[in-house]
Order: sequence, then C-alpha cells, then structure tokens
Amino acid sequence: MTTLRPDLAIIAEHVTPAARILDVGCGDGELMAWLRDTRHVDARGIELDGTNVSAAVARGLSVVQGDADTDLANYPTDAFDYAILSQTLQTTRAPDKVLGELLRIGRRAFVSFPNFAYWRVRWSLAWGGRMPVTPALPVSWYATENIHQLTIDDFRAFVAERGITVENAWFLTGNRRTSAAGANLRAEHAVFLIRR
Amino acid sequence: MFHDARFGLARHVTLPGPLRLDGGGELAQVEIAYETYGTLDAAGSNAVLICHALTGDQHVASTHPITGKPGWWARMVGAGQPIDPARHFIICANVLGSCMGSSGPASVDPAMGVPFAMRFPVITIRDMVRAQAMLLDHLGVGICRAVVGGSMGGMQVLQWAATFPERVQAAVVIASAARHSAQNIAFHEVGRQAIMADPNWRGGEYYRMDDPPAAGLAVARMAAHITYLSEAGLTEKFGRRLQARDAKSFGFDADFQVESYLRHQGISFVDRFDANSYLYITRAMDYFDLAEEHGGLLANAFRGTNTRFCIVSFDTDWLYPTSESRSIVHALNAAGAAVSFVELSSPFGHDAFLLDVPELNAVVDGFLKAGEA
Repeated sequence: MTTLRPDLAIIAEHVTPAARILDVGCGDGELMAWLRDTRHVDARGIELDGTNVSAAVARGLSVVQGDADTDLANYPTDAFDYAILSQTLQTTRAPDKVLGELLRIGRRAFVSFPNFAYWRVRWSLAWGGRMPVTPALPVSWYATENIHQLTIDDFRAFVAERGITVENAWFLTGNRRTSAAGANLRAEHAVFLIRR
Repeated sequence: MFHDARFGLARHVTLPGPLRLDGGGELAQVEIAYETYGTLDAAGSNAVLICHALTGDQHVASTHPITGKPGWWARMVGAGQPIDPARHFIICANVLGSCMGSSGPASVDPAMGVPFAMRFPVITIRDMVRAQAMLLDHLGVGICRAVVGGSMGGMQVLQWAATFPERVQAAVVIASAARHSAQNIAFHEVGRQAIMADPNWRGGEYYRMDDPPAAGLAVARMAAHITYLSEAGLTEKFGRRLQARDAKSFGFDADFQVESYLRHQGISFVDRFDANSYLYITRAMDYFDLAEEHGGLLANAFRGTNTRFCIVSFDTDWLYPTSESRSIVHALNAAGAAVSFVELSSPFGHDAFLLDVPELNAVVDGFLKAGEA
C-alpha cells in the first residue's frame, strides 16, 4: 500500500467504512483506490485530465472525465455520503457554486486547499514583491492552475456567511499536522469537513 | 469433454420464433450466424458478448471468409487482449438484418421460398438485441459479465443495458451515441439514396440477377467512409498528393490519392456486403433514440441499474462526438449508475475504436478486470 499525500491521509482516516463517496478532481484515483481497498467504500470520481482518467479507469475505478464547474449538476441530491474536493477548489471558475453543488450531492464534503495567507506566501508577496512559489504553490504565476486563491480565514468567513457547518478542520505545514491556533498564518494547507 | 456443436467458429442456428418486432411485424423464425471463443465456465459467469458495427460481422477474432483479413477486433479480442478466450466465453453474432448468415433481406423467406428483399420487415436496434438474447438463451448464457461494442455496437450495448439490465453486469460503449443525430441520419440517407438510385437495385429485387447495385452501394460506402475518418487523418494520409501520376489529368479519373483510396473502399465493400442489408441496418440506426422509449429522458433508461458502465469517445470522432458520450454519462450519473468515461486522443476519427490505440485497451482491460476481482 502506498503512502497517501498528507491531506489525503487526513480525509482517508475520517471517511466512514462502506460510505458512498465522490472524489471531484480525483487525479489518477490514488485516494479512491485506497478507500476502496481499505475502507470498502463505493467510490466515484471526476477528473479533468484524460491521462489521469485513463489511469484511474485502468485501475478499475469508476471515474468520468469531466469538469467540477459544469458536470456536478447531473448528480442527484444526496447521492453520496461524502463529496471530496482536494486541492481543486482554487482551480475552479466558480468555487462558490462548486461548494454549493458538493453539499447538494454529498451529505458532507471534505475540502482541502493551499492557504494563501501562509507566512511564506505573505513574505514572498510583501517583501519579495513577487507571486509566491512555495512547495504548496510550486508553479509560476503564468502557469498556475490556481485562479481563485484563498486563505483559511476566507474559507471560514465564506462558510459562516452561507450557514455551512464546519464539523472538523485539520492543518498542515510541510507534511506535519499543525494546530488550529494561528492556522491562517502558520498552516500551508487546510482540510475542512463541512455539511449543510 | 464432448464437443458441443453450439460453440465454436462459423456457427449458424435457426431459432424458433416468432420474434415480434418494434415495427409491428414479426419473424416466424430467426437465423443467427455467430462465433464463440473460449469456454463457458461451470457457473456460466464468464460470458462476454461483442456487438458489431454497421458493416461488421461475427468474425471478431477469426479470419474473414470473403476478404481473408484477420478478425475486425483482434486488437481487443484474443489471447493476451482485454477480452481473452483464456478467461472469457466470447460470443459475437451477426446482427439481424445483416448479410453474413443472420436473417436479413437476402435470406430466403420461408413462406415464399425466395429472398425477402424489401419484404423483410424494418428492424430496430432493440430487435437486434432481442435476437441476440434469443441466441444467449440457446447457448445457455443467462448473465453476461460484459456486453461490449463500438459505434452501432455501442448502441446495442446501451439497448442491452436498458432492455435486459439483469443480464448485463458491465457495459462497454465505445465511440457511440444514445440516439442518431440529424447529421447521422442525413449521411445515411445519402447512402440509401445512392443505392436506390442505382438502376440495378430494382426495388431491392436483384438477388436473382447476377448484377447487384454495386455502383450505388460503393458510393454509399465512400460517403460513409469519409465520416469514419478525420480531416487531419485524411490530410496526413493523402494531402493533395496525386495518384501514380506527375500532373493533374484535367479529367475525371482519380487524380488524387484520396479519390483512389475511396474508390477502392467502395469497390472492395460490395464484394462483402448486401445493398439491401445496408438499407435496413442504416434505418435501424436512424430510428435509434434510447430516451424516446423512456419518456424522453435518457436517465430513465438506466434507473435502478446495477450494471457498471464504461463509456469511451475519441477526440477526433465527429460522427459520434464526445458530446454524445457525455450526454450518456450525464444520464448515467443522474440514474446513480457506476460509470467510467474517458475521451481518448487519436488522429483516426471514428475508426479509432478499431485501430491501434493502446489507451483504449488499457481502459477496457482495467474496467473488465475490476468486475472480475
């Protein structure tokens, strides 16, 4: 069994066995395969990149090539116990609508994203005057797929505004879990578990 | 183990009917030409049904008796391929309406003692599927581990999943659609009119003459063949290159390589295909609209299904473009079905499903094996 990426490992730990999950932006299906093999979940996935989809289907996963911005509308309400959006929210054209769809399709949603208020990011922008290139944001401004950068506090404000309940939250710096205290400054990644 | 004459290459069976048809008529008996590869396991659980395309046949992985060419899908079906006789019991039947041994317009009408010709009833994709179901009953196959097909074969797969969901564990639909579009119908109508405009067609009554409507059928094939390719593919293969000459002839000979190629496609096709069958099968495809028989909503065709689906399209296929596959996927999602879908990249247009596309084999192999674990 391969080791999961730290944010995926957090999600994997907290998915209840035999749940129905939809992994939006599932890549080559790493998390889905892990959940299928160890948690016996009924996993479905959506992924934009055809090569990733082929790889996921070739490992026996139910993955459709599609776009989080346009292809969630066809899934029935409450179709899944969990919808998972890992490292994808900031790449969508309409993150607010995507989050709304996630919480329509899934009873709960895991959402993970890189924190744009992480101190190294602030440092790069404030003192270097340059768009940050960090381990969590490794791509230059012109090549990044991240078109809707957000911070942990932005996300907290958004869910509060929309009346969305945060059931749990985890924070990562490098590959280590860090505390919630000062997370907006100190955490590189966040994983939220939310529900309607 | 004794030899069971139902199984093997070049099989033919006449099944007692009647087979009631969507168009209102019926066939008193149904002839089916088919082949099987591999062995049905004791539990009867390893059957894979292959559905062929418009001009395809049952020789999916065996040498074609007329052309001498290898089976049309030897890349997908055979030892070491995703559909493998070592672990699957593989069945491929010539569709109803065709001309390779199954009941069609060229078959002898038992009531009249002469070929049906245009007295053969107009059939649908569902009629083809019902005939295949009769064959599976005859072979002792209850449930298929998978039903697999490309193009018109994919339409049959969808129809199978909608009509006999309990008999289909997994469905593989490649380069296909859940209905024929206006453009699809339009191209078919060109082909039919070419056949019917050939004076040798004689209202379909040409079987006793030694002079079938070859010119019309060849033109139909030429027009259709263009739709199976892509512009980029044609440009790469032929460009504006001239055929065995240094300069344009300023005449109407096949100056260009692409003309020569198409003429060859047309001429070689008439040796292996019956013009009336071409009319009937294209009609069946044009009538195909799976949503129509389910209240206009495609998702209703798959409501409550336990079948796993794998849908594949090709980016250069403009005959059954990715948007058609995507609407199938959306319907399957709405029905809560387990579905995989990928658009593969290939320069070959619609024909890609028959050609060497390694990703297609990887996807189908992974999908099938996931259901066999």
